[in-house]
Amino acid sequence: MKYGNVAVFVQHNGKKVADVSLQLVCKARELADELNTGVSAYLPCGAVKTMPNELFCMGADNVYAIEHKELADYRSLPYTKAVLEAVKSDNPYIVLFGATKTGRDLAPRVASTLKSGLTADCTELKLGSYTDNKTKKEYNNLLYQIRPAFGGNIIATIINPERHPQMATVREGVMKMKSPEKKRSGKIIPVTVEFNAVDLAVKVIDKVIKEKKVNLTGANIIVSGGMGVGSRENFAILQQLADALGAELGASRAAVDQGWISKEHQVGQTGVTVRPKLYIACGISGSIQHKAGMDESLKVIAINSDPDAPIMNFAHVKIVGDLNEVVPMMIKAYKKSEAVACN
Amino acid sequence: MEIVVLVKQVPDTANVGADAMKEDGTVNRAALQTVFNPDDLNALELALDIKDKYGANVTAISMGPPKAVEVLKESLYRGADRVYLVSDVKFAGSDTLATSLILKHAIEASVKNYDLVLTGRQAIDGDTAQVGPQVAEKLGIPQLTFVTSVESVNKKTIRVSALTDEGSAILEAKMPLLMTVEGDVNVPRPPRVKRLLKYMNAVSEFQMEEDWLTDEEAKYIKEKGLKVKVLSFCDLNVDQNLIGLSGSPTRVKEIHSVVFKSIESRAYPATQDGVGSMMNELVSEHIIG
Repeated sequence: MKYGNVAVFVQHNGKKVADVSLQLVCKARELADELNTGVSAYLPCGAVKTMPNELFCMGADNVYAIEHKELADYRSLPYTKAVLEAVKSDNPYIVLFGATKTGRDLAPRVASTLKSGLTADCTELKLGSYTDNKTKKEYNNLLYQIRPAFGGNIIATIINPERHPQMATVREGVMKMKSPEKKRSGKIIPVTVEFNAVDLAVKVIDKVIKEKKVNLTGANIIVSGGMGVGSRENFAILQQLADALGAELGASRAAVDQGWISKEHQVGQTGVTVRPKLYIACGISGSIQHKAGMDESLKVIAINSDPDAPIMNFAHVKIVGDLNEVVPMMIKAYKKSEAVACN
Repeated sequence: MEIVVLVKQVPDTANVGADAMKEDGTVNRAALQTVFNPDDLNALELALDIKDKYGANVTAISMGPPKAVEVLKESLYRGADRVYLVSDVKFAGSDTLATSLILKHAIEASVKNYDLVLTGRQAIDGDTAQVGPQVAEKLGIPQLTFVTSVESVNKKTIRVSALTDEGSAILEAKMPLLMTVEGDVNVPRPPRVKRLLKYMNAVSEFQMEEDWLTDEEAKYIKEKGLKVKVLSFCDLNVDQNLIGLSGSPTRVKEIHSVVFKSIESRAYPATQDGVGSMMNELVSEHIIG
C-alpha cells in the first residue's frame, strides 16, 4: 500500500521556523521512512523567505507554500483555511502540529473541519498495527499517539483507524532536533487560498511581544520545585541554589497551579520538556506527566521528605529529608567546594 | 446580549482510585470525586462580569452524566440565569469531535441568537483544549482562545486581550463568536447566599422521574423555576452515527497503568556531611562547577 505523506504544520515568526516545527519535521522524516513515503511541510505565511530551506535541511521533501498578505499574522480562520487547502492538495496520511498556543488553537479547528481524530500533547509517536475487536478488520502502520492521561494515572495509546489524516499535537522539546543536512533540497509547491469576510472577522489590534526570560529547554542545570516546596516564599531558597549553580528554576504543575511560580517555569507534559545534565527535583512527587518532561535528564537528584514518592524510583541520587534544610546545605557545600577550587 | 457558558464536571484527577478506568478504556466517571472544572469557573465569572457591565442573559450548559447537574446548580448559585444538562447514554464515550457536535446542537436547541459562547481553556481530566475550537468550527463562528480579559463590548463588536506564543495580543471581532478563557485570570465570585437557598432544591428532569415526586412537589419545582431541563438525544437534531463511542474517530487502543521501574541510584543522608559529599561527587563528575 502506498501511504500519503507525513505532514507538519509550520509555525514561524515571519522569518524563522519555530523549533517545535523543525523537531516535528525530524520526527515526520522517521515515520515517513518507515512508511516509505514523503514529508510535507505546510507553510501559511506572508512570504516564505528562507523558511523552506530550513525545512528541507531537516527532512522535508515538499513545502506547501501558502502565501497571502492576510497570513502574515497568525489568526485561526485564515490559517485553518490555508492548512485545509494544503491538505486538499497533498492528501496526507498524518498531520502533526506543535502543541503551542498557535497549534492548540489551529489543530482542533482543522480536525473538526476534516472530521478527523486529534490527540493532544503526545509524548511518543510510533507506527503499529491494530485489529478492531468487533469487525476483526486489521489495520497496519497506524499512528500510535501515546500520552499520559487522567492526572497521570495511565498512559493511553490513541489511534484513528478510519478517518484520516491522523492528527496529533506534540509539545516543544518532546521530539529531538537532528543536525541539519545543509545541502538537502526539496520542492516548493505553491498553494492559493482566498478569504471571505467571515474568515477575516478577527482583527489584530495590537501585539505585545514578551521576551522569554526563562530558558528551560537550553539549560544545563535545572533546580525544580513541587508541592513539597510549600509556599511562594520557599521558592526563594530554590532560586538561591539555582543562582549559585548557574541553573534555571523549574517547577511541577502542582506548584504552578498553587500560584507559587509562573507557568513559564513548568516542566512536564503540559509544560516544557527539558534535557539538562542535572535535574534537581525538590519536593516533587514525580507524576508521569512530570516525568514525561524531564525523563531525558542525564542525572536526576530527588530531595523529598517522602521516601516512597514515585520520583525516588527514577532519581539517580536521592536524599530523604526536608528540602528547607537540605537545599541550604547544598548551597553551603557548593560554596565551600568552589572556595577550595579557587585556592 | 445572550451568553452561553459551557461548563464541565470533571473527576478530581489528583485523587484517583484503581477503578477509575473502564475496560473499554474510557473513564469510569461514577467511581470518582468530582469538581467544577477550574478554567470553566473562570469562563463563568467572565460571563457574569460582562453581564454586570453590559447586561446579558447567561446560560450555562453542561454535557455529562446525570450527576453533572451539580455544576449547573453551582452555576445558578453564582449567577447564571438558565441552565441545561446535556445527557444521554447515547452520548457516552464521545471524543472531542463527537462532543463538540453534540454541544453545537445543544447550544442551537437552547439559546436562539447567542452572541458569545464561553468556555474554559481546557478541562483537567483530558487537558486537550480541543472542545472549544471544535464547537466554534461546528457552529461556524470565529474563535478567540486563551482569552485573559474583555476590554470592551460595543454593540456587536468585542475587544479582548489574549495570550499568544509571543506574549499577548489585543483582538477585535464581531459577535457571535466563541472564546476560551485562561485559568486564573479572574477570581470567580462565590455562591450568593440567596441564590444558594433558592437553587439548592433545583433538580434535573432525571431526578424528577426517579424520585416519584407527588404532583404537588412537581408543580412546586416547576413554578419556582427549579427544574433543570435535560437535553437528551431526542431533543437534539444530531446524527447518531457521529456521536458516542462509535461516532468518535479516535479509539483508545490500550491503556497502561503507570509503573515506575527503579534505576540504580545512590542515597545520601540529609546531613551537612551527606549533602557535602554529594556535591563533591557532582563537582568531580564535572556536572556542576
